[in-house]
Amino acid sequence: MPKTILVDTSRCTACRGCQIACKEWHELPANKTTQYHWGSHQNPQDLNAYNYKLVRFSEHLDNGTVRWNFFPDQCRHCEIAPCKETGDLYIENAIVQDEKTGAILYTEKTRKFSDEQFKEIKEACPYDIPRRDAKTGLLAKCTMCNERVHAGMLPACVKVCPTGAMNFGEREEMLKLGQERLAKLKEKWPDAMLADPDSVNVIYLLIDKPENYHKHSVADAGLGPMSKQQFLATLARPFKAMKA
Amino acid sequence: MTNHWIDIKNADSILIMGSNAAEHHPISFKWVLQAKDKGATVMHVDPKFSRTSARSDFHVPLRSGTDIAFLGGMIKYIVDNEKYFKEYIVEYTNASLVVGKDFGFKDGIFTGYDPKTRTYDKSKWGFELDENGVPKRDKTLKDPRCVFQLLKEHYSRYDLDTVSTTTGVTKENLLKVYKAFAATGKPDKAGTVMYALGWTQHTVGVQNIRSAGIIQLLLGNIGVAGGGINALRGEPNVQGSTDHTLLYHIIPGYMAMPHNGWQTYDEYIKGNTPVSNDPMSANWWQHKPKYFASLLKAWYGEHATKENGFCYELLPKIEKGEDYSYLFLFDRMYRGEIRGGIIIGLNPMNSVPNTNKLRKALDNLEWLVTSELHNTETTDNWHRPGIDPKKVKTEVFLLPSAHRLEKEGSVTNSGRWHLWHYKAVEPAYEAKPFGDMFCGFMKRVQKLYAKEGGKLPEAVTWLDYPDKYDPDDLCARINGRFTKDTEVKGKLYKAGQQVPSFTALADDGSTSSLNWLYAGSYTEEDGNKSKRRSTKQTEMQKNIGLYPNWAWCWPVNRRILYNRASVDLNGKPYNPAKAVIEWKDGKWIGDVPDGGWPPMATGKGKHPFIMSKHGFGQLYGPGRQDGPFSEHYEPVETPVDSNKFSKQLNSPVYKFVASEMDKLAKPADPNYPIVLTTYSLTEHWCGGGETRNVPNLLEAEPQLYVEMSPELAKEKGIKNGDGVIIESIRGRVEAIAMVTIRIRPFQVHGRTIHEIGMPFCFGWTTPGTGDSTNRLTPSVGDPNTTIPEFKACCVNVRKADKLTELAT
Repeated sequence: MPKTILVDTSRCTACRGCQIACKEWHELPANKTTQYHWGSHQNPQDLNAYNYKLVRFSEHLDNGTVRWNFFPDQCRHCEIAPCKETGDLYIENAIVQDEKTGAILYTEKTRKFSDEQFKEIKEACPYDIPRRDAKTGLLAKCTMCNERVHAGMLPACVKVCPTGAMNFGEREEMLKLGQERLAKLKEKWPDAMLADPDSVNVIYLLIDKPENYHKHSVADAGLGPMSKQQFLATLARPFKAMKA
Repeated sequence: MTNHWIDIKNADSILIMGSNAAEHHPISFKWVLQAKDKGATVMHVDPKFSRTSARSDFHVPLRSGTDIAFLGGMIKYIVDNEKYFKEYIVEYTNASLVVGKDFGFKDGIFTGYDPKTRTYDKSKWGFELDENGVPKRDKTLKDPRCVFQLLKEHYSRYDLDTVSTTTGVTKENLLKVYKAFAATGKPDKAGTVMYALGWTQHTVGVQNIRSAGIIQLLLGNIGVAGGGINALRGEPNVQGSTDHTLLYHIIPGYMAMPHNGWQTYDEYIKGNTPVSNDPMSANWWQHKPKYFASLLKAWYGEHATKENGFCYELLPKIEKGEDYSYLFLFDRMYRGEIRGGIIIGLNPMNSVPNTNKLRKALDNLEWLVTSELHNTETTDNWHRPGIDPKKVKTEVFLLPSAHRLEKEGSVTNSGRWHLWHYKAVEPAYEAKPFGDMFCGFMKRVQKLYAKEGGKLPEAVTWLDYPDKYDPDDLCARINGRFTKDTEVKGKLYKAGQQVPSFTALADDGSTSSLNWLYAGSYTEEDGNKSKRRSTKQTEMQKNIGLYPNWAWCWPVNRRILYNRASVDLNGKPYNPAKAVIEWKDGKWIGDVPDGGWPPMATGKGKHPFIMSKHGFGQLYGPGRQDGPFSEHYEPVETPVDSNKFSKQLNSPVYKFVASEMDKLAKPADPNYPIVLTTYSLTEHWCGGGETRNVPNLLEAEPQLYVEMSPELAKEKGIKNGDGVIIESIRGRVEAIAMVTIRIRPFQVHGRTIHEIGMPFCFGWTTPGTGDSTNRLTPSVGDPNTTIPEFKACCVNVRKADKLTELAT
């Protein structure tokens, strides 16, 4: 039974405790950032090899009312992960899935992916998550704090969340919580939805249209849930099995 | 806070005003959202749409410095529409008290004003007393001189049109807030007010809060679960530092600082102990002599005797009427009147207004002792940009201080909870807790006086000051001890044993206590109660999230202040679903009541507001420097040249300093047409001296920015992310433009007024991040507290040709 994170954006205050805790737990170095020609609270500007988690800020006017949406972006730990499926075509199990937790993990072997292969892996992800550390060549993203989870602890981002935006537990339990909260939120927010709940283990509860959070908040209708790469990867499965 | 953090979840309506709670008190939103889950309306009234606004039901933008106009309008709405809680205001507030004939108000000025000294004679604002010296009351509230009628008249000028054109808030938005909040005037509803520096940092700061106090009393929201006036304190222990007197005007336990008008112990006691002739008034401060004598006894130990006034005459005394707050302190330093000093726990070269002046003032010191985790704009002022260090004479000592995780001790949070804070690791290298440093300083000074003598050496040598800093021992001394064997309620306490409560404190020298409010926190029976971590509670307590066995709370573990106002005259809760206390089977259950007297209806009760002389919640507050009712005055620097409520533009009694560097822009100055407000942000702490040195936090908020509306940006030819220059009459600052729809232009006095906002946490010692925003702000302050007006001043903004303070 995989573990699941439910991110209830209706409770997120963008305090960025999760973003900072993630960096602290993984001991990731800080990037040099500036506001020059940027002018936003969203810093760093994008996910990178040193930021597995990034709170995205997006503002717009809705009939004269300001809407400021916060999206604590991270790997969705897909049930069938296109990054893994694509990676496996080139280096088997450089990207693995922990059977116990469902976490998708990038191993030491990811160093060996060529730049072209990395590009394919990155493009296979409907959420634009995979990044590469230019220094080490390792692919990088959220680990679901897999080692913490195995030790009976909460992922760092969930542990520090003060408001209940970040929730963690068994998949069924989180789906149930998500459905309950969704039903309640629907009363006030007709656009409320769960983002791709059937195919991912990091499920976002949104109260505004997905595009009002972030370009990749949900899998692109043209791509997912079963993307082209994913589809190709599925075809390659028996072949890979034969190799093994 | 009158209430506490968890209690926010009990509110039916939450007004967040003068605060950006979600950003500056992230945990508060755990409780705000729980209230919202249960159907509470959450409103955010603030110049800027922030992360707090994003999670509120709605946001109402308001021009900085017009809160009293906004709240005065709400008072009028509540009175006109009879939304007040009638029984509550008649029985528990001073609504029915008759005000003396000398009180009046004309053209924006209360009676008793002396324009020469810019002060009021408050004796003009007293109540009418009967032949026994008890205030006259008219419980029908019809007497034209009763507080309720005077209040009605005073706020009658705060109509929607005048409020709207002053604040820039539309009438529709005004009514939206007024209706939602006034709905809590029913006995079974509660509304809470969450405020912070957005209310205090004005020349009318105290009266902003007074306005909220008036509203909460009218609606019967004080003393109840989910109600109260809740000051969100700025750091984990700022409540504790206030209780133990970080500020100059009081000594521990909220007693007045001795001044030269009170030369002897008896004079101090006479001048500070209120007398009430009303048998129904507890007049709690009548016990002040016991608290004061015990404090002196704790300071001077065996040297303090009844015969020598407990060494009162050894205390240094300030000059009556002088101001010793930092605005005036740095002004004296600027004028060369101060030779040296210690600056700890503050980065004034970044955080105090008019920093260009301050930085120059600090150069006048011969010596300066600082203690920090990192170098700051204060420790390093001597080699700031543009200065030749060789020409600065100051000898600076920078002592490495222990981080809060490297030391143990108590903290007192906003909810007055006294909590033990454990040490995680030993201090690194030579770093020490401040307490160790102070004990070291004092021991050496005592030795010097003992050896060399001097004026009044006993003032120092007789002090019972510990050799070594031991926070547990200090907590025990704060609670207080018996100095001789004493029997309390049939139990014998030996000399040296802990007092059980402040009711055991005496004015005969038999007890000592460093702070009467904390008496009961460290007892013989239960030890150091700040260490308690039991979640044990009764069903009644559980119902409102009250944990009496978790830590301890002043006073006497009372979690909700004035809680006897939550019950009717028979002691029955006005809101049984969220009862705080109840009189049952001849005793009070629930929270610790404000005094254990039986309910009022028995005839043996006392009025519930026991800290005020007459026992009532003060709709009319004659104790403040700037009037018994709040009144809208423009900020000292204002984009308008008239006040629609009166002829008086600014507060007639605001404080200021007047060096040649303390320039002020004239009202509606065309050179400075834009309102600037300043604030903190989640990622950095206060002046940023600590957090700018935490790389991950600097990554998240790297540089000084200025938030502005797209309309203003267009007018000035500024694009998002451009470097800009912000100028006030006092200084100029570089920042990066953050052009955002979250800032809206205001319609004020029939024209468009722009407001911009900037954080103040960046400084030159972290290169490329920017430098002090407070080079723009003025040294003007509230007449009661001298807190500076950080929240509103006037500036202009333009696109920068080049940037020197900011990395690009």
